[in-house]
Amino acid sequence: MWFEQLMFFLAGIGALGGAVGVVALRNPFYSVLALVAHLIFLAVLFLLLQAEFLAAAQVVVYAGAVMVLYVFVVAYVGGSDEPLRPEGGALRVLGPMFAFVLVVELCIALLGSSLSLIDSQGTGVQAQFGSPAEIGSLLLQKFLVPFEAASYLLLVAAVGAVVLARKRRGLEEETA
Amino acid sequence: MDVSWFLVLSAFIFCIGAAGVMSRRNPLVVLLCLELMLNGGNLALVAFARMHGDGGGQIFALIVMVIAACEVAVGLGIIVAIFRRRLPVDVDELSDLRG
Amino acid sequence: MTVTSYGWVVLAFPLAGMLVCALGYRKLPGHSAGWIGSLAILGSFVASILMLLELEHLPTEEREVVDSAFTYLQTAGMDVDLSILVDPLSVFMCLVVSGISFLIHVYSIGYMDGDEGFVRYFAYLNYFVFSMLLLVLAANFVLLIVGWAFVGAASYLLISYWYRRESATAAGIKAFVINVVGDVGLVIGAFLLFDATAALDFATVFERTPEVFATNDGQLVAACLLLLVGAFAKSAQIPLHTWLPDAMEGPTPVSALIHAATMVTAGVYLIARMHPLFEQAPAAADVSAIIGATTLFVAATIALVVTDLKRVIAYSTMSQIGYMVLGVSVFAYGAGMFHLMTHAFFKALLFMGAGSVIAAMGNEQSLDRMGGFRKAMPFTYATFTIGALALAGFPLMSGFFSKDEILAYTFNRGGLYVILGVVGYAAAAMTAFYAFRMVFRVFHGEPVPEARELEGGHLVHADPVNPATGEPEDTDVGFPGSEHHIAEREAGMKAAMGPLALLAIVAGFVQIPGVTDVLEHFLEPTFADSHYVHEHPSDSAEWLGLAVGALISIAGIAGAWFVYIRQPGTTGRLAERFAGVHDFLASKWYFDELYDRTVVQPFAATGRFGRTVIESAFVQGVIVGGTVGIVRAGSSFARSIQTGELRAYAALLLIGVSGLVLYFLIVAS
Repeated sequence: MWFEQLMFFLAGIGALGGAVGVVALRNPFYSVLALVAHLIFLAVLFLLLQAEFLAAAQVVVYAGAVMVLYVFVVAYVGGSDEPLRPEGGALRVLGPMFAFVLVVELCIALLGSSLSLIDSQGTGVQAQFGSPAEIGSLLLQKFLVPFEAASYLLLVAAVGAVVLARKRRGLEEETA
Repeated sequence: MDVSWFLVLSAFIFCIGAAGVMSRRNPLVVLLCLELMLNGGNLALVAFARMHGDGGGQIFALIVMVIAACEVAVGLGIIVAIFRRRLPVDVDELSDLRG
Repeated sequence: MTVTSYGWVVLAFPLAGMLVCALGYRKLPGHSAGWIGSLAILGSFVASILMLLELEHLPTEEREVVDSAFTYLQTAGMDVDLSILVDPLSVFMCLVVSGISFLIHVYSIGYMDGDEGFVRYFAYLNYFVFSMLLLVLAANFVLLIVGWAFVGAASYLLISYWYRRESATAAGIKAFVINVVGDVGLVIGAFLLFDATAALDFATVFERTPEVFATNDGQLVAACLLLLVGAFAKSAQIPLHTWLPDAMEGPTPVSALIHAATMVTAGVYLIARMHPLFEQAPAAADVSAIIGATTLFVAATIALVVTDLKRVIAYSTMSQIGYMVLGVSVFAYGAGMFHLMTHAFFKALLFMGAGSVIAAMGNEQSLDRMGGFRKAMPFTYATFTIGALALAGFPLMSGFFSKDEILAYTFNRGGLYVILGVVGYAAAAMTAFYAFRMVFRVFHGEPVPEARELEGGHLVHADPVNPATGEPEDTDVGFPGSEHHIAEREAGMKAAMGPLALLAIVAGFVQIPGVTDVLEHFLEPTFADSHYVHEHPSDSAEWLGLAVGALISIAGIAGAWFVYIRQPGTTGRLAERFAGVHDFLASKWYFDELYDRTVVQPFAATGRFGRTVIESAFVQGVIVGGTVGIVRAGSSFARSIQTGELRAYAALLLIGVSGLVLYFLIVAS
């Protein structure tokens, strides 16, 4: 039990640190790296919640493949710092303030008495819970339509990305 | 482990992401912060799945990851296009849709 | 084929003709539209004759046939079919309408030759005939009102036919507005009857009238008076007559068709059709008789002094319809219908002759500028004189028998009706006088230049000129051009005038007191339920009346001869001597001025008040301006949110989420 708690706190602190790093670091390249760290700690949390398949997918697909895409783009666009412009705008201050208000509200909601149902250790689950076999059978039986829809969405996004990012002669010359 | 701890953690991650979206001006970083928000949501979903012993929440999280991947593909495509057209890579400068 | 199927055929022909002419507006070449329109009406006329023959086969008591095409409207307590009623009265009206219309169509082919709107003209004309036939064949109030309103619309279209001429459109609007006043009266009258009898078809209403209404019941009298408003507006009776003289702006065949032979007699038809109601409400019938007598007198006095040729005929039309209204209002239906028929013949003839002369004068209508056409236009002279003799009630002409029969019936009622009869004879003298005033001033005397040119066998028309203003007309949309024909030169126009002249002479012989009784006998099944059907004046009384009428007529003609031929210039001296009376009559008893003061100007003032105060201050300022202000403020607010700044949008989104969470927190706690 204590091991689980220890792991939770370690992984939680790591995930929070990664998140803060994403937001706070000046260089986008470091931000990407911080996000990768955040995702890995998140995968640990998923393991604690008995979501083995999800944790693996998180590490392999998300932290691995997607973040590599980010790194490429950052390298291509130029991982420069934020443009050096006077840091104006009330949102610089107000944005984090709004976020803080939301956190406070959510914590009251979660820890206060209002949502008492949450205060549980969770139901007992069978050994299969969260395993690739379980996820696979759920995806292909109960959630077949969302699964298919998601695959089409991926296809559309892939085509869209190609169309957006390809070289267009007319436009290039026009703006050059 | 008490599930509500996970939920509180997910709320924090979500709000940090939100704060980042509002305060950063580099669109790349804004996209990263969006990933944070989505991950916060994912954590909550997985926690609820554990609480109810129902695999549906995990499938939901999986689909969210698919959405995130799509968003990254399109968003990065847009950023590359912006960069190619020699436009400033700064969300404050890209405000042509002003009413 | 049954008698009602012929009735439907009668309706179908002009409808088809109208559709073909209207849809083929750009395609129909030359005179084809005229022939299509004429053949459609001829088909209608033939079907009317077949309908008559078929009706004669039926036993007398079954000569009222109703046939329904489909249910028009059916709700609780209300059951209206699209149904026609074929009985002697409607068959008679169909024959008169389609017969006269056919001749006028044929005349129009020649008259409207060279007009830019030739096809449009025949589409309108067929539409008018269809509407009129629908009106006379209707078997219930709803269909009657439909036909009634269609006829009003058709007359508006035809009066304003030369729509680039401002006076024509003004006259059309005036006619339409007054007709709508009549329509409203008719509709409300029908409502009152429906309220009491719970039926809209004629047969049921008439059947229930004696049960639900006592004699002179207030509601029935009100309903009858409202029906009379409709009848008077259509038939140009005082006080709703002012549109008819102005309606002379339309082409002359239109005046002949609508404003003489058919449409204006619709009011007479209505009163005759509604006779069970009027017999139950004698008070309303008396009002109608008095107004008829007033109109026939007033119109005759005006016709004495008006100098516009067509307006003289128009006022004489009003006067003659006054006789008909008087006739049907004293329950002499046969006599009223008889006069309706003979009047249709001779008045259409007079209009055709007048059209011929006006065409020869290049659209000039003033009597002062005409004269001496006798040699130039012998055929027109002959036919016009026949028409005038019939109008004057010259012995043995058609008008002689029909007018005097009405007056004989009026005297037969006795009592105060005698006064109305005396008024009728006084107006008859004036009628004879003004009829021959036209003949003598147009055809006798020194020939005017146009007449001389025509005697030489040639007449080049000038381009049409508005007689009121002297401006050249806009010929893009109409007006016969310089190759415009006149009756003397066109076979078709002669062919139309010849039969009418013959009928104007012989039509009276169907109803000679004590000798023939064709028409009244034929109409008897319709009026069999009348209480007065067997009340005839004695033959000797009728012959006495005829003798008096003949004397008066000859005296009137002789007076005109004396004043215009024997001693020309007498009229000028008379006009000077009695300047006040002359002005009063020439201003048409100041009816137009009276309406202008009492109706038009107050309405115009109200309109101006509405425009300046209500419209501009309230509607424009408060309602429209306020709405615009609200929308503008709202949209400028919405625009201020749309900054185009991604981060601002994100912040708004987050504020929204925070608000929602807060809301649920509060709700849950």
